[in-house]
Amino acid sequence: MKCRKCGAKAAINMRQHKLALCKQHYLEWIPTQTQRFIEEHHMFSPEDRILVAVSGGKDSLALWDILTRLGYQADGLYIGLGIDSGFGYSDKSLHFCQKYAEDHRLSLIVVDVKDAYGSTIPQLNEKTPRGKDKPCAVCGLSKRNIMNRVARDGDYDVLVTGHNLDDEAAVLFGNTLNWLGSYLLRQGPVLEADHPGLVRKAKPLFRFYERETTAYALLRGIEYIYDECPHAEGAKSIYYKEVLNQLERNRPGTKLIFYLNFLKAKEGGLFAEQAPETDPLNTCLTCGQPTSSPEQCAFCRLVERSTP
Amino acid sequence: MGTSMTAKLILRKEEFEVKSGMTVRSALEKLEIVPESVIATRQGDLITDDELIEEGDVITLISVISGG
Repeated sequence: MKCRKCGAKAAINMRQHKLALCKQHYLEWIPTQTQRFIEEHHMFSPEDRILVAVSGGKDSLALWDILTRLGYQADGLYIGLGIDSGFGYSDKSLHFCQKYAEDHRLSLIVVDVKDAYGSTIPQLNEKTPRGKDKPCAVCGLSKRNIMNRVARDGDYDVLVTGHNLDDEAAVLFGNTLNWLGSYLLRQGPVLEADHPGLVRKAKPLFRFYERETTAYALLRGIEYIYDECPHAEGAKSIYYKEVLNQLERNRPGTKLIFYLNFLKAKEGGLFAEQAPETDPLNTCLTCGQPTSSPEQCAFCRLVERSTP
Repeated sequence: MGTSMTAKLILRKEEFEVKSGMTVRSALEKLEIVPESVIATRQGDLITDDELIEEGDVITLISVISGG
């Protein structure tokens, strides 16, 4: 297969776009497309201070790379979850983030959950019923709280994450299967800061397939953690991705159309009148972050319960 | 007993022996690996799935799915 732009041997074929590109043109195409998505969705401007949540994985490091190449001022935030599982998962993840930051002379903020809150994520999981049932839910809750706090305290204009189209389509698939109206209403490439203390959030890679972000990281020579998070084994999100890839195999573009048409439908008001009103947000008495709870937010309750 | 017309596909810790002469996509389908879930590489270079697998090839598949 040949590159559509220059006729050289293609490195990747994107069946949903009927587009094959060589290494050089692919490495140009991804940042150009990202810039287009940033502008189309008014995510941020070159004057904004951006905080990129980096995990050491392919998506977030690719995102950091793309944004800095596009000239944005982007610092990294790594959250040390304290997951070891016999092969030092968190230590390895931190290593890749630090290496990327050092090699590119970028600023990386590191928050270690145990140092900051007294327990690692596996310890929080052990100490709470919620964590025993759903370790990823506790991890997600903790990361959201910490990311927002660091972005708010550091006066960043926007917090960006490396969510790709497969991530978004899998979440949409799960929310649709369960008809979770309030979650459907909130899902999108930009989450506005619609309450004091909440930082604006954006997902600049939301239209790229996971295959494409992986290809970008590989072709750019970005070193990332290839091992899957040990707690993610059997996670529903992975199962949904596999199901969607089965559909994609037979009908290229299915995942993309599923998600983009959802966004269009939402913009057109399809869900607005049917979904219940969400409760007004309060301010957490402990950390000062917005919460639907009248006193403490779910994360602070979790930390308090796990403190001996 | 192995034949001389074989190649190897590697996915994480698993190794699969496939016949040379077929495309990467056909080999993946035969092994029931969803092509959308991996990227095929040969000697460190990314290859598209219409590439023919040649005698003695070692194709490393990079899993693209992550989550949790």
